[in-house]
Amino acid sequence: MKKEQYLYQLNKNSEVLAMGVKTRALKAAFPYTIPVLTGYIFLGAAYGILMNSKGYSLGLTVLMSIITYAGSMQFVAVNLLAAAFNPLYAFLLTLMINARHLFYGISMLNRFSGTGKKKMYLVFGLTDETFSLLCSTEPPRGIDRNWFMFFVTLLDHLYWITGSILGGVVGAMVSFNTKGIDFVMTALFVVILTNQWKSQKHHSPAIIGIGVTAACLFFFGSIHFMIPSMVMIVVILTLFKAPIERKVAE
Amino acid sequence: MISSLQQSLIIVAMVTVGTALTRFLPFILFPDNRETPQYIRYLGKVLPFAVIGLLIVYCLKSVSVLSAPYGIPEGIAIGCIVLFQLWKSNTFLSIGGGTVLYMILVQFVFI
Repeated sequence: MKKEQYLYQLNKNSEVLAMGVKTRALKAAFPYTIPVLTGYIFLGAAYGILMNSKGYSLGLTVLMSIITYAGSMQFVAVNLLAAAFNPLYAFLLTLMINARHLFYGISMLNRFSGTGKKKMYLVFGLTDETFSLLCSTEPPRGIDRNWFMFFVTLLDHLYWITGSILGGVVGAMVSFNTKGIDFVMTALFVVILTNQWKSQKHHSPAIIGIGVTAACLFFFGSIHFMIPSMVMIVVILTLFKAPIERKVAE
Repeated sequence: MISSLQQSLIIVAMVTVGTALTRFLPFILFPDNRETPQYIRYLGKVLPFAVIGLLIVYCLKSVSVLSAPYGIPEGIAIGCIVLFQLWKSNTFLSIGGGTVLYMILVQFVFI
């Protein structure tokens, strides 16, 4: 074989091999994302219906699902769009509500290290559900870990976009009383908490989260309680670091 | 009130930039080549649990337990979601069933 021919063949082989890696990672990732598939189609549809019921176009609804891609924040954003125009407030509220993503990122620093070009997208797509999938699952043996994480993230993103399109279209065709539909967000977090509760032996972090926030809501009122809650949670978790760490490690 | 398309796009941009910032900041502050401090790793382990608790309270912030319906529909729906989830571990059933139950409660029972 001539050198060029040989190189061409080598290149082609590695391409086929690389495609195999991707396909296998995609196939391995899909089953893990099924719970998110059901959750996101429903949640995304609820968001789409909500946007439609407030009179926003399908384009805006879908655009937000593609570029913002933040479940609970998009529900909040529906109210922001309808309120008096205040970009700075929208930005600050987003930082506050999404501050939890800082913690997801911190938890994923090790896992995402060395993922190269995929890192940008992995970080962009780090939602509550994708985070909980990625930190609770290891890819099966023989599956490329980076591609596995990439496809879990991509599939979840596609489910969310699909759900919001469905919601926007269905909302436009069928009219029904949507009162109470925003409870879907509460339901989502209750399900996540229940799963976390089952997977952990010790529940002090969850109890601190609920207790501190409830106390702050009582003392600061429903408009100003988020920032004091987040500060207090970090302070208490820091003060009780030694005993909590001992329990969590057990 | 529905703002103009331009205003809507600015709000969407703000929400997008804010969200991306919270996601990228840890990776900018602690790049691959630097050891993450032990304290930060501890927070990374326990905060996700605390934050979900915070979010549940955030969702329920406008529920008044002192005036009718005293948070009863929320209580019933949350109780059912937890039971569904413990029983079947089916996210779709728990979220879907719980939300539909809540909508029925606030639309027909506790009007």
